[in-house]
Amino acid sequence: MSLSAIDYQIMWTRLIAVVEEQAMTLVRTAFSTSVREAGDLSAGLFDRQARMIAQAVTGTPGHVNAMAESVAHFVRGIGPQNIFEGDVYITNDPWLGTGHLHDITMVTPVFRQGVHIGYFASTAHVVDIGGRGFGPDAGEVYEEGLLIPISKFIERGRVDETLLRILRANVRTPDQTVGDIYSLAACNDAGERRLQAMLDEFGVDVIDGLADYIVDTSARATRAAIEALPEGRFVNEMRVDGYDAPVTMRVALSVDGDRLVADFAGTSAMSAFGVNVPEIYTRAYACYGLKCAIAPEVPNNAGSLAPFEITAPEGSILAATRPAAVSVRHVLGHLVPDVVLGALHRALPDIVPAEGASALWNIQISARPADPASRLPPGEVLMFNSGGTGARPLRDGLSATAFPSGVSTMSVEATEAVGPITVWRKELRPGSGGAGRQRGGLGQIIEIAPNEGYELHFNAMFDRVDNPARGREGGGPGAPGKVERADGTQLRAKGRQRIGEGARLKLSLPGGGGYGAPEERARAEVLADLEAGYVSPREAREVYGLDDAALDALQAETSGRS
Amino acid sequence: MSGVRLGVDIGGTFTDIALEHPGRLSTVKVLTDHARPERAILAGIAEACGRAGVARGDIVEVIHGTTLVTNALIERQGARLAFVTTEGFRDVIEMRSENRFEQYDLNLVLPEPLVPRKDRFVAVERVGADGGVLLPLAEAEIARLVGELGRGGYEAVAVGFLHAYANPDHERHMRDALLAEFPALSVSISSEVSPQMRELPRFNTVIANAYVQPRVAAYLGRLAEALRGAGVSAPVFMMHSGGGLIGVETAMAQPVRLLESGPAGGAIFAAGYARAHGIERALSFDMGGTTAKICLIEDGTPKTAGSFEIARTYRFKKGSGMVVSTPVVEMVEIGAGGGSVAALDNMGRISVGPRSAGSEPGPACYRQGGTEATVTDANLLLGRLDPEGFAGGAIPLAPELARAALARALGALGCPVTEAACGVVEIVDENMANAARVHAVEHGRDIEGYTMIAFGGGAPLHAARLCRKLGIARLLIPPGAGVGSAIGFLRAPFSYEAARGLFQRLDAFEAETVNAVLGEMREEAEAFVARGAGAVEVSAALTAHMRYAGQGWEIPVRLGPVAALSDDPGPLRAAFTDAYARLFGRTIEGLAVEVTNWSLRVAGPTPPVAPVAPVAPSSAPALASQGKDRLLVDPGARREVRAVEVARADLAPGMAVDGPAVIAEAETSTIVPDGFRAVCETDGVLHLSRREDRP
Repeated sequence: MSLSAIDYQIMWTRLIAVVEEQAMTLVRTAFSTSVREAGDLSAGLFDRQARMIAQAVTGTPGHVNAMAESVAHFVRGIGPQNIFEGDVYITNDPWLGTGHLHDITMVTPVFRQGVHIGYFASTAHVVDIGGRGFGPDAGEVYEEGLLIPISKFIERGRVDETLLRILRANVRTPDQTVGDIYSLAACNDAGERRLQAMLDEFGVDVIDGLADYIVDTSARATRAAIEALPEGRFVNEMRVDGYDAPVTMRVALSVDGDRLVADFAGTSAMSAFGVNVPEIYTRAYACYGLKCAIAPEVPNNAGSLAPFEITAPEGSILAATRPAAVSVRHVLGHLVPDVVLGALHRALPDIVPAEGASALWNIQISARPADPASRLPPGEVLMFNSGGTGARPLRDGLSATAFPSGVSTMSVEATEAVGPITVWRKELRPGSGGAGRQRGGLGQIIEIAPNEGYELHFNAMFDRVDNPARGREGGGPGAPGKVERADGTQLRAKGRQRIGEGARLKLSLPGGGGYGAPEERARAEVLADLEAGYVSPREAREVYGLDDAALDALQAETSGRS
Repeated sequence: MSGVRLGVDIGGTFTDIALEHPGRLSTVKVLTDHARPERAILAGIAEACGRAGVARGDIVEVIHGTTLVTNALIERQGARLAFVTTEGFRDVIEMRSENRFEQYDLNLVLPEPLVPRKDRFVAVERVGADGGVLLPLAEAEIARLVGELGRGGYEAVAVGFLHAYANPDHERHMRDALLAEFPALSVSISSEVSPQMRELPRFNTVIANAYVQPRVAAYLGRLAEALRGAGVSAPVFMMHSGGGLIGVETAMAQPVRLLESGPAGGAIFAAGYARAHGIERALSFDMGGTTAKICLIEDGTPKTAGSFEIARTYRFKKGSGMVVSTPVVEMVEIGAGGGSVAALDNMGRISVGPRSAGSEPGPACYRQGGTEATVTDANLLLGRLDPEGFAGGAIPLAPELARAALARALGALGCPVTEAACGVVEIVDENMANAARVHAVEHGRDIEGYTMIAFGGGAPLHAARLCRKLGIARLLIPPGAGVGSAIGFLRAPFSYEAARGLFQRLDAFEAETVNAVLGEMREEAEAFVARGAGAVEVSAALTAHMRYAGQGWEIPVRLGPVAALSDDPGPLRAAFTDAYARLFGRTIEGLAVEVTNWSLRVAGPTPPVAPVAPVAPSSAPALASQGKDRLLVDPGARREVRAVEVARADLAPGMAVDGPAVIAEAETSTIVPDGFRAVCETDGVLHLSRREDRP
């Protein structure tokens, strides 16, 4: 049967559902909290040339775009001549996968009537991978856990038991980590079943023509969008906290016809701690940021990713080299879109938002009995929390909302049912949104205390404490983050620390930057913000220039209700 | 069942009436009266009674469902409302789950919380996860809040404190104090409306309840009066979202349970046919002008869930609405209907929906000024609709306008308009098939073994093709599908589902605590059922929401008619591992198991349906053509075929039509593709199956 463009479009629509089903299978069966609750996974279909042709829309762009590159590494690592029906490959190599050891990527080659036609791949963040656990304190990747080089987990249907035993012996949660590995293999199988059914239905045996159609169509649309940008070189620089020393991220965007090159030359050198970012992860987030602003509606695949050429100098903190520690690479990774969007703003005004909190304020808490003799059971709690996003040219920023990450937070009640902690506060942080014609999103305040008989240990991995999100076009900065005890004692923003029994940890998450001059903000919106308590009367007067008459009128109206 | 019963479904456009009198059914459609919905009901009743020759006084039961509650939430037309919550948690409903439901949209707009921040008040108080009081709610604090709320001039107040499902005392104190001071105030508390763990859905639910409560109560009061005035003295019962009936008083106190009662009626309608035809696993498919809804029906009962999302604000996308935890017939709804607009995206791909031309201006071919190409326009060009016979001839369709609209919207494809129309229909069918497949996967089901039951104006046109895409071999198209929900109301049992948050680890299982709570739940649920149904025999079914320790979401584990649990958690664990294996194909050894929420559904008897014996294939004459021929384009094969056209009214039980064929009726047409045979069953159902599957 000869296939027309309409046939390809129908099959493309089906492929999106195939990879959604693949991802859903993983979400439903995984153990890792971040997979289930936060969508910290990716799933996709690749053609024989290792080009990604369809991908599930999931929570984390970091995975999504990094996995797109990783299948080619697998093909090189395994060797094309060693690819057999019934194989499944595995790695968590940060430089070939998605940037840190906690992410396991698995690839399953697909055969039809004995002919190799493509691959399914998937990635998930596992509960534990040994080593120090999820935190920034390691000096080298060796301390961060077990590294599985690109290997055959299953060869012609037979599981490598030795690999499995080594893995089980090296992680704290062997059942769950191995469970997640089987989930990954199973989700690839689910994808394959559906793909085969589709090929049966359409009466075709190879996907090369379809792959070409998808990749060419997507590349053309993306290149057309790039071509519409003004040509030139646009530079931006942003300073963030880093672990022990501030980090400068610098990018030069060059628009040259239908090519867009982002070069991170001038970015700080690697850190001695686990905040380093492998280049594959930097590319993923840079590409995500650019794509959001330039061609958001083009589906993610090899064709839509190829026109973005992204490089960082080897040995910089955004292209860390082995054996750098990389465990919390997401912190700087999440800040990468702010850098590239800032550069893009110079080419494309009135499209990109101001800087935001951007890096998630994830916190892994270990509750331990204050008195080891008390025999109280220990507890582990993981929370995902977000600050404010930057204001947009025409809209306020989003308060307490993840960007660029797409993760979700968990219920406080569910968290407290699991771990011996009490969350005394989790609400918006008034006054934290950067002032502007459009206001930055508000951060939030979280207060956490150990329950009676417990103390808490946590791995801080927070940024934008010393370097808040900057506004654009006259907008003010968002409030910087704060890490302290509720009694006001300062704590460090990175690294492992303790909260004793009776004390409370207080996190003040950063706000997003504002857009445009605050004096230009519509008076009705300033009043509404004031009434809601998003801004204080003082800020309304001094920063937004609200006159006393308006303030008095509002106060009269509010008290008039009595 | 003896006596005359009346089902009334108020939808956005039409109010549907189904009047059941011994052995017969009369149905009427009238336009919805948005200002005074009861007026349209009375007009419909008069017409139906007149047609059936039944006196209004003979009606013994009125069963009612309405979109009024859903619409009040979507259109934000509810009470002036305040929310009182625990200090430190003022913004739960605004912060939501802190995520974005669309990954690539820089200009994303999140839905506004139902209660703005200035109307959210906090109380100094705190209950812990185990129900223990960490911080008491002082009398002075209550007095302060009562004073502030009084000054606010609110019509309704919702109270939601942290962990109130585990200990409702503080919420009750707050409510009692408010009502003592303001007896006319409408007060809803979360420990009564939805006593389940997870603050965001519980707060949303109590807020939604309080928001619609004054309006719903007023409407139901007016309705009862209007009915009495019109000589209908029968009691009124309400369809709830969980697929059962409750009394009016329960509905007035917990109107949030009335959400989505119309679609629930549609699922019950399909379930009635599943029972009559002895189908264990069915998939209901309801396609209207704007959306398509899909529901799994097993053992004659629609699948239910404990929560759902209402008022989605962004392309029907998950996450863009408001999650409410109340028992509900679980459905996927996607933006695919006859009015769905087709266009080319910036990659030259055909996209269909979720935007709809609706009924105003409607598809281009309606001649009402619509210029956009819709699914209905594509169907017309493919020969699937009769231009003269549409809507019984009431709306003459204009093929030339459909052709022009498609040429405009899809001309850049560079192919003949008919081929573009095939693309539109194929893409919308793909979208619906994909949604159905993913929904089945979410439940660990393989859709291929299911039978589809299709109703609603658009479904019979698309159902057979959808079956092909899903690998489904059997399809039923019941008669009267245009008023399916109102008929479904007449097939629903009285039921009430009580739910409680009570966390238990099986390795430290406290049977006594659990049984005490189960006892309360049973008492509560039975009381609600008795209030509607009187002293009927009831059955109870317990569901535990369980997971492996450390997992983030639970699976429903159906325990059946269990009244009390023993100290030995072994059977609970076994039931969990069974359910887990069924969903995910495997279990995990060595992990602890926990329960978070419990739900108990108590139901009266389901109105019986008469079983329908299948027509013996041998008695089915291979009816070739007593109708005229028509040219039909098969969108799968993308070629023109000569199809036989038959009027549904001409089909007698036992007659068969082989595809390609069109079976026309006033409200819609059933497409029988090549390779399919349609047989008319004794109850008027069209039964389609693939010819090669027949003996």
